[in-house]
Amino acid sequence: MINNDEYRPFHEPWHAQIFALTIHLNEQGHFEWKDWSQAFSEALSLESSNGAIVKDEDYYLVWLKTIEEFLAQNGKLKSDEITSYFDAWSAAFLSTPHGQPVKLKNLSSG
Amino acid sequence: MPHDIENHSHSLLPSEPELKVKAIESALVNQGLIDPAALDEIIDTYQNKIGPKNGASIIAKAWIDQDFKDELMSNTMAVLEKYGFYGRQGEHIRVVENTPEVHNIVVCTLCSCYPWPLLGIPPTWYKSDEYRSRVVREPRKCLSEFGVKLPENTNIRVWDSTAEIRYLVLPMLPDAFKGFSEQELVGIVSRDAMIGTGLIGPAK
Repeated sequence: MINNDEYRPFHEPWHAQIFALTIHLNEQGHFEWKDWSQAFSEALSLESSNGAIVKDEDYYLVWLKTIEEFLAQNGKLKSDEITSYFDAWSAAFLSTPHGQPVKLKNLSSG
Repeated sequence: MPHDIENHSHSLLPSEPELKVKAIESALVNQGLIDPAALDEIIDTYQNKIGPKNGASIIAKAWIDQDFKDELMSNTMAVLEKYGFYGRQGEHIRVVENTPEVHNIVVCTLCSCYPWPLLGIPPTWYKSDEYRSRVVREPRKCLSEFGVKLPENTNIRVWDSTAEIRYLVLPMLPDAFKGFSEQELVGIVSRDAMIGTGLIGPAK
């Protein structure tokens, strides 16, 4: 059975996005890969004990939660900052008419 | 599942994790820590430039060129670096060769360590709890679920990847493919064969 052509690294755009974001931060020297990978392994094994990792979505949900905590621990991001942007993006989506590009209002100037 | 945002759901509102990723990205961009264009480039690389074809090219060459194979087995990193197949999650790779006596299979019981430069991003099943926990315990049964039936007297060796070392299986080349060109051989090396959960298929 040949399935190289089935290579499908990412099942959802946000999986790719959080993956790339993590790689990029590491490439920029914001943390050591081994520190990230240790944090991620620990988080995964915690989830795995519940038998939780079945789909890619489960895996990337752990990734997302871990990177958020990891960046907070490293002093790169505060959780209230993320909350502000989360709310701002939600509002932007809800106030943008269907079919138009959704843009974030600049938080720092507004 | 999104929770409170469901109450005033809107057709355009992305899921909670999607919004969370956007929020993290915006916050990091705002601080000047990341460049959105670089993210696109990384995604493009892992989608289009890195993948099992990299590993397949190495395997095919090893099959037809004994000197290359010897060098690959004994001096793996120097060979892979020469081909540009190294870097993140590929710093230390060991090639393990299947023989009639031993079949090799790779897992990462801890998380999902995988030789990215050679195989790209691992498939879903490789990351699943089920594979990670079962393949060590009952490899033969797992293999049979992948459709791989090995002779009774073939031993199965399971390699557990770590952050320090990752593995690439060098599959056996069936006789039916002897005499094929390197280019033709690249096309028959499946990703699963390089993880050990597949064999090289019959000649068409």
